[in-house]
Amino acid sequence: MEPFRKLMGIVAPLEALNVDTDQIIPKQFLKRIERTGYGDVLFYDWRYLEDGKTPNPAFELNAARYQGASILLSKDNFGCGSSREHAPWALHDYGFRCILATSFADIFFNNCFNNGMLPIRLSGDVIEVLFKEVRAQAGYSLMVDLEAQTITRPNGEKIAFEIHPFLKERLLNGWDQIGLTLRHEDKIEAYERNLLSFQEKRK
Amino acid sequence: MAKNIYEKIWDAHVVHEPAGEDPIVYIDRQYVHEVTSAQAFEGLRLAGRKVRHPEMTFATMDHNIPTTDRTKPIQDPMSKQQVETLKANCAEFGIACFDMFHPLNGIVHVIGPELGLTQPGMTIVCGDSHTSTHGALGALAFGIGTSEVEHVLATQTLLQKKSKTMEIRVNGVLPVGVTAKDLILAVIGKIGTAGGTGYVIEYTGEAIRALSMEGRMTVCNMTIEAGARAGVISPDARTLAYLKGRPHLPQGVSWDALSAQWMAWASDSGCRYDVMVELEARDVEPQVTWGTSPGMVTGVCGKTPVLAELKDDNARLAAEKALQYMGLEEGMPITLIGINKMFVGSCTNGRIEDLREAAKAAKGYTVNAAMDQAIIVPGSQQVKKQAEAEGLDKIFTAAGFEWREAGCSMCLAMNEDRLQPGDRCASTSNRNFEGRQGKGGRTHLVSPAMAVAAAICGHFVDIRTWEFK
Repeated sequence: MEPFRKLMGIVAPLEALNVDTDQIIPKQFLKRIERTGYGDVLFYDWRYLEDGKTPNPAFELNAARYQGASILLSKDNFGCGSSREHAPWALHDYGFRCILATSFADIFFNNCFNNGMLPIRLSGDVIEVLFKEVRAQAGYSLMVDLEAQTITRPNGEKIAFEIHPFLKERLLNGWDQIGLTLRHEDKIEAYERNLLSFQEKRK
Repeated sequence: MAKNIYEKIWDAHVVHEPAGEDPIVYIDRQYVHEVTSAQAFEGLRLAGRKVRHPEMTFATMDHNIPTTDRTKPIQDPMSKQQVETLKANCAEFGIACFDMFHPLNGIVHVIGPELGLTQPGMTIVCGDSHTSTHGALGALAFGIGTSEVEHVLATQTLLQKKSKTMEIRVNGVLPVGVTAKDLILAVIGKIGTAGGTGYVIEYTGEAIRALSMEGRMTVCNMTIEAGARAGVISPDARTLAYLKGRPHLPQGVSWDALSAQWMAWASDSGCRYDVMVELEARDVEPQVTWGTSPGMVTGVCGKTPVLAELKDDNARLAAEKALQYMGLEEGMPITLIGINKMFVGSCTNGRIEDLREAAKAAKGYTVNAAMDQAIIVPGSQQVKKQAEAEGLDKIFTAAGFEWREAGCSMCLAMNEDRLQPGDRCASTSNRNFEGRQGKGGRTHLVSPAMAVAAAICGHFVDIRTWEFK
């Protein structure tokens, strides 16, 4: 997995509550058996007009000023609904590496870390300020520093954020979760021996 | 010290807690289906890894499969490839697969309990958010992403943070006509779609104890719609009665011994929770969602919201967008909302008891002429068989409902069963998200009897006033 350390990127606003994984990637695109190639269908139903090809001018992410964005700004309960990892795959494939929101759904939040993406929870007040700023200034960019746990605004002001230390380590190092767990394979074996003796005793 | 069921299951399954890292938790059972597993198996192949315990994982096909004649090939080549890929992966890695022609095939969250694969005290995962269903039997069960599916296949464990616990206690008795579906929708309406985030919810109280196992599954199933990691109900005599005689139970141990082991997982009296929420069952009405999130719900006697009355800016913004998508006016009585489609089924409401409730309401009536489609999709082939043995299919077809093969079907419209733009559907499924049942489709979540009654009248009606024939 590619590590996440620092990210300087354009911010794109998605002003909605409860952005669910059916919106992030509709079900007709879950039929592929690969992990990549979902970027073009990200937010498909919102992003394109009826023909499924022409960009919908009313969808904010389609505006020229947000092209090339790598930071997505949204509101409460982002990523709710299905467990589909296709949602972070599509966001990643489109170019997003970091998502700022007031809250995230649990499974989506976990899935991000398995794909080198950083979801950051910020207070409602801070999110409102960022929404105002991103709309006021074309090319609005933020600097996300995972090591320092700060987001730097264009005016130089820093916003601190919280992250679980283990998740931080995993992202900074790009660690593969299975590899991490297999360092403790002896412990799994010991657990299974106990389980087996428990089951034997039951017989 | 008195422990709740989550604490007991957690403590019994922590393999190791490396300093500064997440605990490694043992997984007793993994279910896989065709949509979220292919990339996990591919990951194993690329890394040269094996499945650690193929005998602890079970596969089914449910999301993509047709609910019409199964002897005909799947029309969509990508759906076909996905189910064929699952079959090949199961063969390669030695995993039992209930494929679409198997007599025990069905929706993963219906067949797990049905086959006795789901048992109290187990840790159960699946690449599917509605895995929370299995908590109804006193298991700790939750949905995971595909990377985690791969992790469980490779290690039979998962890295997990311990959740906080919430008790939702439902006092008293649910009124006649009010079901488990109405109860869980009312819970979501009360605590919100993110109200459970970070928690495992245990449901307790007289009204929960009175629910059938099917009803408990409906409640735990939609717990994910409240944002919680899992929903769980402590095992009791009803749980044991449900499990007795099912295949896949542990062999070579007496029923009494097994019962005692299972019952030992139940929460101790005097145990504690981080948060407690209380509801009075008598206050719960039949529920109907009006918006595009399961929390946008009201009683059947209620109305759609009046935007000016919503004080919170974000809530008003969300309600405005939802009403616009749903094509509804502000302050509109729910019973004036007309529908043209109906779907009874899904891992939420596709079990035998759901079909019995639906048939009771359907008996002697005819589907309204305004309806373009009304389909009834059993949750598994065994449910279908049972329903046919009881003659429920005849009641449905006589009334003009379509009787289908088992599968996820129109809950998420990955197969051919889907809404067209502008369709309005009374659905017993779990999500009313924009486009969930088909692009431009409008979903109202209800109980099975409420769905059937709406299909007969062409608009929502209060099932409490229904004349059962």
